[in-house]
Amino acid sequence: MHIDIDQDLCIGAGQCAMAAPGVFTQDDDGFSTLLPGREDGAGDPMVREAARACPVGAITVSETVG
Amino acid sequence: MTETEPVAFPQDRTCPYHPPTAYAPLREARPLSRVTLFDGRTAWMVTGHDTARALLADPRLSTDRTRPDFPAPTARFAAVKNRRTALLGVDDPEHRVQRRMMVPSFTLRRATELRPRIQRIVDERIDAMIAQGPPAELVSAFALPVPSTVICALLGVPYADHDFFEGQSRRLLRGPGAEEVMDARDQLEEYFDELIDLKRKQREPGDGVLDELVHRQLKDGELTREELIALAIILLVAGHETTANMISLGTYTLLQHPDRLAELRTDPALVPGAVEELMRMLSIADGLLRMALEDIEVAGTTIRAGDGVVFSTSVVNRDENVYADPDTLDWHRSARHHIAFGFGIHQCLGQNLARAELEIALHTLFDRLPTLRLAVPADEIPFKPGDTIQGMLELPVTW
Repeated sequence: MHIDIDQDLCIGAGQCAMAAPGVFTQDDDGFSTLLPGREDGAGDPMVREAARACPVGAITVSETVG
Repeated sequence: MTETEPVAFPQDRTCPYHPPTAYAPLREARPLSRVTLFDGRTAWMVTGHDTARALLADPRLSTDRTRPDFPAPTARFAAVKNRRTALLGVDDPEHRVQRRMMVPSFTLRRATELRPRIQRIVDERIDAMIAQGPPAELVSAFALPVPSTVICALLGVPYADHDFFEGQSRRLLRGPGAEEVMDARDQLEEYFDELIDLKRKQREPGDGVLDELVHRQLKDGELTREELIALAIILLVAGHETTANMISLGTYTLLQHPDRLAELRTDPALVPGAVEELMRMLSIADGLLRMALEDIEVAGTTIRAGDGVVFSTSVVNRDENVYADPDTLDWHRSARHHIAFGFGIHQCLGQNLARAELEIALHTLFDRLPTLRLAVPADEIPFKPGDTIQGMLELPVTW
C-alpha cells in the first residue's frame, strides 16, 4: 500500500492520527506524517478511514507503488 | 429535489437535542433545498452528507463575511459582519497563515497531555458541588466553568476575569440586539489590548498560547496587534461557549436516555464513541455559513456566484443514507464522519481538546454523582433559541 500525504494541504486537524494511530501521527508543527516503519500502512484497515476523515483530502491511498 | 415553499432559517428547536420539526421538509428533499433568511433573502440549504462534505471542502465557497453578498442569519449578525473575524472569517491564503500558527497548540498529542489537568479541573468543580450539596444549577456550577478554566490555562488568560469574558461572549453570541454584539466586541478588544500590554511587560513569559504569540509572532512582525486581538477573541469565545453547551445539552440528553446512560456506566470504554455520537446527534453549531464565489454545479443544480449557502449540521448529521435510524442515540454505530466540527479548511481547530474535555467531564460527572437527575420536569428547562449555538440556558439537577 502506498500512502501519500500532501503537507501543503494539511491543516493539522489530527483526524488521521485519531482514526489510525498506528500509522499516522502529527509532527511538532502539527502536520500529518507517517510513523517510522509504517510508511506502507502496516496492513492497518483503518488507513482508508483516516483518508476519508481528512477534512481537506490531503491523504491519498493506492494499492501499488506507482 | 422537490420544489416546495422555502423553509425559514434558522428556527427554534422543539426538543433541544433534535433538529427543529419545521426542518422536516428539508430532510425529505436532500441533498439541497432553498431557505428564507430573516431579511427575506433566500439561500441554499445543504442537507445531504456527501454534498455537505464536498461543498465544505470546496474553495469556491467563501467564509469571508465582510463580502457584501455574504448571507446573514440574523439582524445582529448583519450589523457586525464588517468586523474582522480571525480564522472562521477569512479565506485562504490569509486563513492558512493564521491556522498554521495555531496548529501546534491544538494537536491530538497536546490534547492528550492536557488530560490530567482537565481531570483535575473537572474534579474540583464536582468537589465544590458535593461540598455545597444538592440541588445545583449545572450550567453555572459545571458546564461553563470547566471549559472556561481549561481555555484560560491553555491561552494564558487569567481565570479571575471569567465573569467578564463569559458575559461578553454571551452578548457576542446572543445579543439580544446588534448594539450588545458590537459593544461586547469592543469590550473584548479592549480587554485583550490591555492583556497584550501586560504580557509584553512580563520579564518571564507565561506558557500560554497568547504568551507565545505575543513574544514571538507579534515581535517578529508575523502578526499585527489587530490580528492577534481578533485571534484571541475567537479562541477564547469558541473555546468555552461551544464545549459548555455540549456539556449541558449532553448531560440533559443522557438523563433523558436512561438506558443509554446505564450502558455507558457499565462500560466506560464506550465513552469516546458516545461523545462522537452525541456530537452527531446534538449538532450544536447548527448553521454553517458560506457564499459562492463562482457558479458551482451540484446535485443537478447551479449555485450561482454570490448565492448564500447554509449547512444545517443537525440535518446533515441525520442523513439516513449514512446513519441508519439517525434519530436514535446508539453508542455502537460509527458516528465517525459527522460534520458537527465542520469540514474543509475551517474544521474546528479545538476539536481534539473538545473531545478530551467532553469525555472527561461527562464520564466523571456520572461516575461521581451516580444518582444525578433533573430537579424539575424536563419540559420546564429552558434551552437556547435557534439563532445561536444550541445548548441549555439552565440545568437544575439534584442527586
